[in-house]
Amino acid sequence: MRRVYKLDNITLKNITKQYNGITVIENLNLHIEEGSFTVLVGPSGCGKSTTLRMIAGLEKVNNGQILIGDRDVTDIAPGKREVAMVFQNYALYPTMTVKQNIEFGLKNKNIPKSEREEIINEICEIVGLKDYLDRKPSNLSGGQRQRVALARAMVKKPKVFLMDEPLSNLDAKLRNQMRTELIQLHKRLGTTFVYVTHDQVEAMSMGDQIVVMDKGKIQQAANPVKIYNDPDNLFTAQFIGSPAMNVLPVWDITKELDYIGFRPEKVTISNEKNENSLFLNGKIITRERLGAETIYLVKTVLGEIKVKAFIDTFKEDTEVVLNINYSDIYIFNFNGKRLRYLEEKEKFKLLEVRLDEFWA
Amino acid sequence: MSFGHKVKPYLMLAPAMGFFFMFFIYPILYMFFLSFTSWNLISPVKEFVGFKNYKELITSSEFHTVLTNTIIYTILVVFLSISIALILALWLNKKGYLYGLTQGAIFTPYIISLVSVALLWLWIMDPDYGLLNWVLGILGIPPSKWLAHPDTALISLVIVGVWKIVGYNTLVLMAGLQSIPKEIYEAAALDQATKWTTFFKITLPMISPTLFFLMIISTISSFKVFDTVQIMTQGGPVNSTNMMVYYIYENGFDFFKVGYASAAGVVLVIIVGIMTLFHFMFLSKRVHYR
Repeated sequence: MRRVYKLDNITLKNITKQYNGITVIENLNLHIEEGSFTVLVGPSGCGKSTTLRMIAGLEKVNNGQILIGDRDVTDIAPGKREVAMVFQNYALYPTMTVKQNIEFGLKNKNIPKSEREEIINEICEIVGLKDYLDRKPSNLSGGQRQRVALARAMVKKPKVFLMDEPLSNLDAKLRNQMRTELIQLHKRLGTTFVYVTHDQVEAMSMGDQIVVMDKGKIQQAANPVKIYNDPDNLFTAQFIGSPAMNVLPVWDITKELDYIGFRPEKVTISNEKNENSLFLNGKIITRERLGAETIYLVKTVLGEIKVKAFIDTFKEDTEVVLNINYSDIYIFNFNGKRLRYLEEKEKFKLLEVRLDEFWA
Repeated sequence: MSFGHKVKPYLMLAPAMGFFFMFFIYPILYMFFLSFTSWNLISPVKEFVGFKNYKELITSSEFHTVLTNTIIYTILVVFLSISIALILALWLNKKGYLYGLTQGAIFTPYIISLVSVALLWLWIMDPDYGLLNWVLGILGIPPSKWLAHPDTALISLVIVGVWKIVGYNTLVLMAGLQSIPKEIYEAAALDQATKWTTFFKITLPMISPTLFFLMIISTISSFKVFDTVQIMTQGGPVNSTNMMVYYIYENGFDFFKVGYASAAGVVLVIIVGIMTLFHFMFLSKRVHYR
């Protein structure tokens, strides 16, 4: 018998959260599609964990409404929201065995023993815990504890899975492995996942919707491709992608301080100037060879620029020319807001004149 | 390593070890020796009598009463002081001025000298002019004879014993409660656990090492109760509050039966020793997480 997982969308309406009078989240609106793998990502203190904990009901909201499906859960106890959560430190019950840990939620729901056994067997088969049911958490490895936490969440048949940095306590190799497993698990269960991380690589590789947050505000919510190729603002542009996007201050025609940005991998490093592209002269400061690719740090009149290239033949202290296609350049105003209208080529030409003046 | 290097640590430990041997090891060994003799504390002759003192001890109905009193006193003090402390710890385990003040207030008796505590309670429990009977009177409860009656005297000492250590137990239990990660309670909330289930399935098992620790140390300290007996009842009325250490003291220094007192001392050492063993066995079984 395959268990059918229910799923639901989540809507946050005008959510405000304060701690001791300090507003950490103000007027947050977010819709999470049912069945999606949504990743909340941002630097520490951006409010992503708080948002997740408000969905779980572990934090009260000061203002606003939380809906799971059509049900208003704003004032409903955590246990009654039909959500399950995986914590960063797993939060397993140390005095209980693996089986008791998984069974605890089912017992509290007064599910009969035979049914409990059946559910536990099925889930432990999926996450590969069958041989460890009688162990205590202290006798398990990090990866196994992670699986217990997952199993404990899964047995409750939640409509929503909430995960608060579940992989950050694992070593790099195990983290990669669990990342793949979580993606597969999401496909298999088909239920709604909300996942919090500070790691943009994790966000890009796992999420089908990414919510970039900073200082308690949503910077952009979109799919990974759009987030990467079409960022709404400077914060998103710089937060997503490694190495981070190059951002250089320029003066535009309205004399406001604006920024142009382009990704290190979109820069062509060569000895000559290319027609029909923005070019900058510079000198290589450092060269990091990562195997497949090489990262150069190049000093130009506009500042230091990182270049990610597949050729590693340029040596330190050599003069080079950097070419960037106009289509790969993003323009932001002084607030960090993207100015898409300026990126059209003709208007951009005006900017180029200013750039030429700048280093002349 | 040179000879000097090997000897140096022992030389540095020597003064402490000297005191330790002189004031702990030697008296204990000497007590074992004395328990096989008949001696009146003054006479130069210590007559060897074999197991006579132990035989007398085992057959003495007075010693049986003393042992029973000690066990009742210990069980009551341990049970009451820990269960009251647990309730207080759960209640006080919050931040706030009033909670801090209460914590301080209930801990204070622990740092007061037991002699002062005994004198204070002697006055509080005075059958005619005592504060306790006065309060009971206000509440409409008939007054009690407290220390003056064989039926209530032991209970009175239990009250003083509990009052003295309950603050310490509370503090230790609060430390135990605070070591439980907050996320575990959050996980329990998401698992729909009620308050009772959370307490019995999560809180209690997680502070069990602390509870065992408190049980052992308060059992040992209750077994050795002396000051309150000496000051408040001198073992009376009719031996109803006579307990091990006071009995040893009484026999040794009031009746000058040093051999007999030493034999009782050996019995106390054995009982406390067994309890200490239990302590270490429980400690090694402590729950470890991560």
